[in-house]
Amino acid sequence: MSGEPIFSNAQTRSFGRFLTVAIPYAWFITFFLAPFLIVAKISLSTAATAIPPYEPLVGWADDGALVLTLHIANYKLIFSDSVYLIAYASSLRNAAVTVIFTLLLGYPLAYFIASRSAKWRAPLLMLVMMPFWTSFLIRVYAWIGILKPNGVINSTLIWLGVIDKPLEILNNQFSVYLGMVYAYLPFMVLPLYSHLEKMDWSLLEAANDLGARPARVFREVTLPLSMPGIVAGSLLVFIPAVGEYIIPTLLGGPDTLTIGAALWNEFFSNHDWPVASTVAVALVVLLVGPLMILQRQQGTGGHP
Amino acid sequence: MNVLLREDGLQPWADKKVAPQLCIRNVVKTFDGFTAVNDVSLDIYRGEFFSLLGGSGCGKTTLLRMLAGFEFPDRGGISVDGLDLLKLQPYERPLNMMFQNYALFPHMNVAKNIAFGLRNEGLGPDEIEKRVKKSLELVQLEAFAERKPNQLSGGQRQRVALARALVKRPTVLLLDEPLSALDKKLREATQFELINIQKQVGVTFIMVTHDQDEAMAMSTRIAVMDKGRVIQVGEPREIYEYPRSRFIATFIGSINLLEGPVVDCGADGSRVDCAQWGGPVRVAQDLTALSGHHVAIGVRPEKIRLARADEFAFTADNIADGVVKEIAYLGDSMLYRVQLPSGLLVKVAAQNLGVWFSADEPVRIGFDASAGVAIDK
Repeated sequence: MSGEPIFSNAQTRSFGRFLTVAIPYAWFITFFLAPFLIVAKISLSTAATAIPPYEPLVGWADDGALVLTLHIANYKLIFSDSVYLIAYASSLRNAAVTVIFTLLLGYPLAYFIASRSAKWRAPLLMLVMMPFWTSFLIRVYAWIGILKPNGVINSTLIWLGVIDKPLEILNNQFSVYLGMVYAYLPFMVLPLYSHLEKMDWSLLEAANDLGARPARVFREVTLPLSMPGIVAGSLLVFIPAVGEYIIPTLLGGPDTLTIGAALWNEFFSNHDWPVASTVAVALVVLLVGPLMILQRQQGTGGHP
Repeated sequence: MNVLLREDGLQPWADKKVAPQLCIRNVVKTFDGFTAVNDVSLDIYRGEFFSLLGGSGCGKTTLLRMLAGFEFPDRGGISVDGLDLLKLQPYERPLNMMFQNYALFPHMNVAKNIAFGLRNEGLGPDEIEKRVKKSLELVQLEAFAERKPNQLSGGQRQRVALARALVKRPTVLLLDEPLSALDKKLREATQFELINIQKQVGVTFIMVTHDQDEAMAMSTRIAVMDKGRVIQVGEPREIYEYPRSRFIATFIGSINLLEGPVVDCGADGSRVDCAQWGGPVRVAQDLTALSGHHVAIGVRPEKIRLARADEFAFTADNIADGVVKEIAYLGDSMLYRVQLPSGLLVKVAAQNLGVWFSADEPVRIGFDASAGVAIDK
């Protein structure tokens, strides 16, 4: 070695920087944006008995002109057919109920973990994340075993003599909420925990010292300071919960209708790709609003 | 030094007729088997600026937190104006605390921070506004009422924290390292400001600090703590001049310890046979009670005089010859280490009067009998 300092030249460095940014962008463009544009394209077509089963948007007219045909009938359909409106409403309701209950359960849990000493926080957080070690599908099936008429809950209650015929707690709205709250709870707890853990706990002592009882300390100090965590957790739960398909399908009743189920029906039962695509595009548009709130909120560095 | 002004010149802790305002009695606090505060008893008087001084982990902060109510003692009692504090939650206590990091609410502006504590007291909005305004005047922050804490400098935040605690009109204000977050220059200015504000509002201040200069400059009295115990309580001068133990002697300021047995004692002074000094050391104290005991004579470096051996220019009760070994130039003073024939290094601080000694120069050092203080623990 000559002992000469080695300077990486500016060009290699900026190329490296370009690459680190370009790879994730390329990933998203290839696997999210491009497929989404294809779906958007299909949504403007009509179904046909062909492979793929929809009319091409671009074709040649008889006089040799290049014709671009955009059908907006599908969009009219999903905004006029009550089936789709009900599906959207029930998906939004499922997601909203899930957010409310994961928040009500998750906030005390996150607060409890964040207020433990450092040595207890890691194992307690591990317990919150433990369900991820088992397949999501298996966990949902397990709920069927717990909730069914001769399942764990019913047989225990009957054996104890509390009830004499099984409770109807499976395949209805209750079991859908239960399953969704169960599945999404960690997504609420983790962002709440990370914000509560960062909070300066001496602020709570200061409020207490200034004469505020615990309820007022919570209302005026803890809650406003953890608001970014509440927003982040709620969106992290709400956005995937709107599109949730598996839980309502497995735990819901025959009349449970969600956007996910509507999509499935259009694609696989009706083979109507254009309508299915329209449903999917409308769902994305529906979720862009909350996503933008999340963006804004994270952009302000956690202070609303 | 901060003193309480009384017509008779007597300080309240020296006056048997005055009852203390805050009584701490045999307080013990342990955490997982570690004794943080060990059998502490203190009496603190109305209007005092009282400091709890000690290194980290000495229990001073735990004691303060027990006064505020964030910790409860395992044993012992705490009362203020006859009120048993241990029956009260932090939000019920007539004490307020100024936190080390100030703990200002980041989502509220200065005025709302200060008003926070008043909104529990059932005051009308006009009254709250009036009191917030007055306390902003007290700390000279009238122009900053609408600012958020993150728009303030460290010194301004400190003043908001002070105003927020004082606006509650506490009987005792607790201050947890109030100046530690400020830089040196600002710290010195703030020391005097705090004393002035305390005199204006007449509230008893109890301050936790690890900074002995701060404690000496601001306090009426200091309790020095070590390993959960209070090892000496006294006025700053008392603690500096008459440290009760080697720990305090060395913790507060710098000191030379000359060891040996007490050989000769009487009302007009005593002598300690100190081989390291090269002969008996005379002290003004009557050490009859310690006759024959091994003691250390503590002598502060600034009380030792220094002259060239060949132009000896002072008289002193205790004199020894030595050689200058180390020199530190501090600007306003010089710090020398003078080695005696026994090998003992004696620290000598000399005011910078333009007379400098160089390394290896033979010198004579001396101090009066009244400059030494016997320490037997």
